[in-house]
Amino acid sequence: MAEHMTLRGWLLAEVPRSKWQARSQRFYIGWLEFRRNPVAVIGLIIILGLVGVAALAPWITASDGLEPDLVNRLQAPSAEHWFGTDQLGRDIFDRIIWGSRITLYIVGLVAIIVVPIGLVIGVIAGYLGGLVDSILMRVTDIFLAFPRLILAMAFVAVLGPGLENAVLAIALTTWSPFARIARAEALTIRNSEFILAAQVQGVSTAGILTRHVAPLCLSSVIVRLTLDMAGIILTAAGLGFLGLGAQPPTPEWGAMISLGRQYLIDQWWVPTVPGIAILVVSLGFNLLGDGLRDVFDPKSGG
Amino acid sequence: MDQASSSNAAGPGVALPSKLVKISGVLVSLVLTFLGLTAITFVISRVMPVDPVLAIVGDRASNEVYQQVYLQLGLDKPIYIQYLRYLGQLAEGDLGTSIMTAQPVIEDIKRFFPATLELATIATLLGIFVGVPMGVFAAVHQGRWPDHVVRVVALLGYSAPIFWLGLVALLVFYAKLGWVAGPGRLDVFYDGIIEPVSGILMLDAALARDWDIFYNALSHLILPASILGTFALAYIARMTRSFMLDQLSQEYILTARVKGIPESQVIWRHAFRNVLVQLITIIGLTYASLLEGSVLTETVFSWPGIGQYITNSLFNNDMNAVLGGTIVVGACFVGINMLSDLLYRLVDPRIR
Repeated sequence: MAEHMTLRGWLLAEVPRSKWQARSQRFYIGWLEFRRNPVAVIGLIIILGLVGVAALAPWITASDGLEPDLVNRLQAPSAEHWFGTDQLGRDIFDRIIWGSRITLYIVGLVAIIVVPIGLVIGVIAGYLGGLVDSILMRVTDIFLAFPRLILAMAFVAVLGPGLENAVLAIALTTWSPFARIARAEALTIRNSEFILAAQVQGVSTAGILTRHVAPLCLSSVIVRLTLDMAGIILTAAGLGFLGLGAQPPTPEWGAMISLGRQYLIDQWWVPTVPGIAILVVSLGFNLLGDGLRDVFDPKSGG
Repeated sequence: MDQASSSNAAGPGVALPSKLVKISGVLVSLVLTFLGLTAITFVISRVMPVDPVLAIVGDRASNEVYQQVYLQLGLDKPIYIQYLRYLGQLAEGDLGTSIMTAQPVIEDIKRFFPATLELATIATLLGIFVGVPMGVFAAVHQGRWPDHVVRVVALLGYSAPIFWLGLVALLVFYAKLGWVAGPGRLDVFYDGIIEPVSGILMLDAALARDWDIFYNALSHLILPASILGTFALAYIARMTRSFMLDQLSQEYILTARVKGIPESQVIWRHAFRNVLVQLITIIGLTYASLLEGSVLTETVFSWPGIGQYITNSLFNNDMNAVLGGTIVVGACFVGINMLSDLLYRLVDPRIR
């Protein structure tokens, strides 16, 4: 108990003694703020649950969700098969669990591609300004004004259907808002005194951008990313549903709905259960994103 | 309204040029965005592993024929000349010929587009007529249960995969309850009776005074439109709520209340009127995104619109059709977005 108090004291000390303490304090205070928002906490629990389920998949499931078992096809939900079985007799519960890995893979990969592109373009445009800014932002605006799903479909048409290509197509159509946000942040940071100090000390432009400007833009970008995650998941599931994303027998949730479609009326659980999984996860990201936005940027809450 | 808006500027004499500047700014970005869109479709059409010459002449054509078509298509010219040529063709409405239907893509699109337009329009109208009152209602009761209900509904509408929602709706309202007609635009035995005038079935049926067909079309339309409208509803309700909260916290609202103006007048005559301008943009954005987003709804409900056309063409490697559809939907999307942006800039006195 005493230790807890001192930890709390350390985290709330008015004058931080080290960079590490200052950083921990910021997170702790953010967390206290975040914790007061029950809806956001629910979102966090859902996302942590998704990560946990994905990590523990081999221990939770009884099968790999790929092997057909034609004797037991289209069985209704029961104690043995919680969510029933699909048209090939595979356990839907197991497939949903394994599918959580694919969902995480999609959002992770999109984030890894999109955030650096957005940061680089936004930070360079905002910091350098002038002609560079105009050109980069024109390109960004063009991408911002595009219809995403249709364009992703056109990209998949060239690249060929498949999970990686779907991810690439989604990334190509989602990076633009991040560039916009990073630019806006960089514009305000550009004129602060510590940047001037760094310039006077002779830090190169590249050094200033990577070590001072980009890290400060990151938090807004991450908040936006969390809010966009739901959209990314829905687009990926949509591509999967159209047959342009993950291909069978991959237990991708959108593709599962698509394959289960023809059993809708008599075996409703085949297409409905994966949809609930998508709904829950995308809801989780939306709730979490709303909460994070309230913590980092209370003004824009709505 | 306009005079009031220009009073902040240097006077009416300056207001006109500044408006022209705004309009031309939007037009420039419209043109640039459209060029960007066509550049992408152009690149896609060149990157495709399909040889455009072979696609025309077939693989048994002689070398001379191949060369002749190769030159005819201008494939020997530098890439930017090819792009300009492509733009020229687009300007003439030439989107190439569809392999699947063996017809010009533009003719196919003319046939499929009205169905999408009908669906997206009704969906947007549903979104407006349900979403706006919901948003106002939530804002007025901020922090109390009506507010929470609206926020939860909006969040669910945001988070649900639309194609799944469509399937569940079909299961419940068509298969189990039998309240509405199933997939497609009309029952089979009504097909082809009505002469297509606008291509919008309900309108055509009403013009022909064939009310059976009108009701049948409505019965087919109502479910997909509601499903597609869920997203519009969620977005519009959420934005209306936050705009209204913004207005209701302003001082002029307090003044109005202190003056003893009835609350309903404060809400609708004062606060809501100021929200309208912002709503135009939101509604424009929604309409554009529904035109695009109808792809998934159309697949679920076998709705013969442009989304289904693009999807089917994709699976048949019919690239002209895919790219033609992409350009048309993209142009509508970009156009509507810019138009709502323009309206916003022209109407709102604060944006200059």
